[in-house]
Amino acid sequence: MKTSHRVLGAALAALTVAALTSCGSGSGAGSGAADGSVTLKFLVDNSQATVDTAKALADAFMKANPTIKIETETRPGGSEGDNIIKTRLSTGDMSDVFWYNSGSLLQALNPAQTLVDLTGDPVLQNVQKDFLPVVSQDGKVYGVPAGTAMGGGILYNRKVYEQLKLEVPKTWDAFMANNAKIKAAGIAPVIGTYKDTWTSQLFVLGDYYNVQAAVPTFAQDYTANKAKFATTPAATAGFQHLADVHAKGYMQEGFGSATNDQGMKLLVEGKGAHYPMLSAQLPPLVATMPQAATDVGFFGIPGTDAAKNGATIWEPAGIYIPKTTENLDAAKKFLAFVASPAGADAVNTAVPPAGPYRINGAKLPEDAIQAAKDLQVYVDEGRTAPALEFVSPVKGPSLEQITVAVGSGLTPPAEGAAQYDKDVEKQAKQLGLAGW
Amino acid sequence: MRAVRRLGAEAVALVLATVIFLVPFALMLLTAVKDQTQAVDLDFAWPTSWPVVENFLAVIEARDYILLRAYVNSTIITVASVTLLVIFGAMAAFVLQRRPGKVARLADFLVLSGLIIPPAVVPTIWLLQALGLFKTLPGMILAEVAFHLSFAMLLFRAFIAAIPRELDEAAQIDGCSGFRLFFRVIFPLLRPVTITVILVSSVNIFNDFVNPLYLLPGDENATVQVTLYNFQSQYNTQWNLLFMDIVLITIPPLILFVFFNRKIVAGMTAGAIKG
Amino acid sequence: MTQQETGPRTGSGTPTGKGHARPAARRRSAYPYALYLPAAVVFVVIFLVPTAMAFYFALTRWTLFDSEFVGLQNFRDFLAEQNLRIGFQNTIIYAVVTSGLKVVLGLLLGVLLTSRLKVRGFLRSVVFFPTLVSTVAVGITFAMLLKPQTGLVNQALALVGIDGRDWLGDAATALLSVALVDVWKGVGLATVIYIAGIMSIPTEYYQAVAVDGGGAWHRFRHVTLPLSWPATYSVIILSFIGGLRSFDLIWTMTRGGPGFTSDTIASIIYKQYQAGFFGLSTAGNVILFLVVTAIAVPLNYYLGKRQVAA
Repeated sequence: MKTSHRVLGAALAALTVAALTSCGSGSGAGSGAADGSVTLKFLVDNSQATVDTAKALADAFMKANPTIKIETETRPGGSEGDNIIKTRLSTGDMSDVFWYNSGSLLQALNPAQTLVDLTGDPVLQNVQKDFLPVVSQDGKVYGVPAGTAMGGGILYNRKVYEQLKLEVPKTWDAFMANNAKIKAAGIAPVIGTYKDTWTSQLFVLGDYYNVQAAVPTFAQDYTANKAKFATTPAATAGFQHLADVHAKGYMQEGFGSATNDQGMKLLVEGKGAHYPMLSAQLPPLVATMPQAATDVGFFGIPGTDAAKNGATIWEPAGIYIPKTTENLDAAKKFLAFVASPAGADAVNTAVPPAGPYRINGAKLPEDAIQAAKDLQVYVDEGRTAPALEFVSPVKGPSLEQITVAVGSGLTPPAEGAAQYDKDVEKQAKQLGLAGW
Repeated sequence: MRAVRRLGAEAVALVLATVIFLVPFALMLLTAVKDQTQAVDLDFAWPTSWPVVENFLAVIEARDYILLRAYVNSTIITVASVTLLVIFGAMAAFVLQRRPGKVARLADFLVLSGLIIPPAVVPTIWLLQALGLFKTLPGMILAEVAFHLSFAMLLFRAFIAAIPRELDEAAQIDGCSGFRLFFRVIFPLLRPVTITVILVSSVNIFNDFVNPLYLLPGDENATVQVTLYNFQSQYNTQWNLLFMDIVLITIPPLILFVFFNRKIVAGMTAGAIKG
Repeated sequence: MTQQETGPRTGSGTPTGKGHARPAARRRSAYPYALYLPAAVVFVVIFLVPTAMAFYFALTRWTLFDSEFVGLQNFRDFLAEQNLRIGFQNTIIYAVVTSGLKVVLGLLLGVLLTSRLKVRGFLRSVVFFPTLVSTVAVGITFAMLLKPQTGLVNQALALVGIDGRDWLGDAATALLSVALVDVWKGVGLATVIYIAGIMSIPTEYYQAVAVDGGGAWHRFRHVTLPLSWPATYSVIILSFIGGLRSFDLIWTMTRGGPGFTSDTIASIIYKQYQAGFFGLSTAGNVILFLVVTAIAVPLNYYLGKRQVAA
């Protein structure tokens, strides 16, 4: 009995030791090989557009630089993805280059501590100057633009507009008047897809051009805890719009449990006329529904003043290099390629762009989708503003739940705006921002 | 007459169970064989086309056959961690149930805490890094053991309580105690609950999704649940491929269950416990 | 006999502490603490140590990159959360509904599936099947079935003249709908535990009832029910704690919505975690831990006592 006791104990100890010591030196040692070739790991989010764009960039780059191999790796998007990026950066386990949002989300990565400073680096030579602020912190630049900008506003079915002889509205009232006519024609005027809660935010976030047109200092004051959504009428308007559309019954039946894909399908098929959405949702549809490229147009969410009409733009994401990389030169080479017209050309062959590039010398192709062309007009005429999340680090996490509640008539718009102010306060405090 | 009634009851049970439990599965299967445009509707409409083979291949081939690697990884993780879990858990539950006192009260509390507290992701990574186990299968296996230990111990303890102590006494008289008493006498009697623990924790570990996502990053380390992300992203989902993937990764545990189901019956007819 | 039985109970951890009236060969306890060792090592190192570290971060403002000590501020902030009251109510409702139904249905199915039913094997697989399907898949599938116009549930209800509603989109029914789906998914687990419990009952008991001439009800009431207590205990504890902590199905099906109406404490914590409020969400976890402990420990004690009695 004693023997078996001891044997078993020894076996367990051996097992534990083996388990604890094996594979000890595993984590991501340098990947430089004897022949001077280098492998770069490239972490991207898993949306179809990003994966395709990343693959096109990597393939074109590897063709031009045969000694550098790029392996893409995917991660989920959304807040799950935010956490993965933060976890991997903070535990020193980030890939050599990675694709991540620009603007407020980048600020939460502590770039000064975790990312390679690219300020003044030749990598940036083709990047448009007015893009740099969204990939910067405290005046230092950390990334290059990945893919194209996109518009956040109303995607509309041009066939429906043609049929009912409607014009693109320049004021909110005109928009609602169009909705009345569309409803009379038996088509759902506005598509709501609140199962995917994030889609409910567009009336608020996409309205920022109008907020900024009315109160030019809003972003600054908002960041400094001086301006609030609830007390700035122009900012409350977005919540009001959500409520109006619901109150008039302009959304399709079952908006509460519809998904984004279903919404896009309704729009492309003309069963719904307007969809407050990001233009980047269109390109992935073109393969299966070609009319998505031609029948769907884009206009900015209209405000009160027809003379000050414009659109809100979402800047492209960035590609960044973590300080922990062991292949800095190769990584910079790749970033320089991404931020060059050749890089843009490579992307064009794989993914129809959803909006303008932020790279000097890169142009939309002739056969770009209609929504991207519509957006380009706003850009060329200088009638755009970046969304609030690109000009302020403050963004509350619960906006999408609040906008669902307001847009479903559960919460009055003023109360929704006030709730959001509270939500924002919590975030600012958690980030330790000055003035909160 | 009785036989007829019995047959009727069986038929009713069969139909009810099938409707309640299999209709949702039919919906999954149906969506898995539709084309992408139609799959978006997420309804019971009959498929307009049948791209079964295409969808199947698309899922298998996606991202360089990542699904096949994921099967291998998930199988290794599941088998290894469930083995450790059953042995470690049953041993500990045995002392816990048989030897009350301060230690048992502490252990009892820790078992409950293990059920209540969700694992702290980032500190766990630090710790695994310190041990050199981060991003390795052994690290993932130990983590799964740690996270599921409470569940296993709770079940084992409850069922060990049902084994009469007289049995221990008898074994002790034969000179059998400690590890030998446990492995020779008690463990074999725990067969029904052991099978349950194996079954349930394999399913949970095979289907674990959050822990591998953080503790085992990297495409070469993918596990089956993480492959769902190949087809579902924040903005776009390829529903047909997503469901094909779901169907494919649900099949291995189903086979496991059908296998163990027989074992349960066998265990029963063997009449494991004599009072 | 009595002596032998009390022996292990009073046994202290020290090897020399006892041994009166015991043969030398059995001086050591029949139940050595060494049996705890492997489990304890893994549990302490991989689970307990990180958890203790995390609890420290509950007192900090933590971005993963750096942390700043803020004392109990996170706890104050968490308790001031706008939807905490709804979340708390929902948590209790959810836990009670799901664990209650799992116990009742699990027991019934367990009895049914250990009886001499011909289709027993098939039915077991069918009932257990939902447990195998990932939560994400279950969530999406039921969201399809519960859709207002085209969903199968409402179409079926329409056949019998009932006007269904937007189950998940309506604040009044969202939480309960998710709870029922949770039962659908989890009842297989409860059933398997009950099957193991019922099969662990020595056949002699049933024979005794048969000798006394007891019927099926008598058999169930006086043998199956009391003697499957280990199973009942496990199912109650597992599903109740599981219910109090549950958020994954809620998250896939409603995201706590519409608005915040189906939020539970765990889903509020999860949202904070997703938002990158790591200190705050850890504080929430500590609070949830305290709440669940306050409910589960007495419950465990009470059920454990009954277990000894049974």
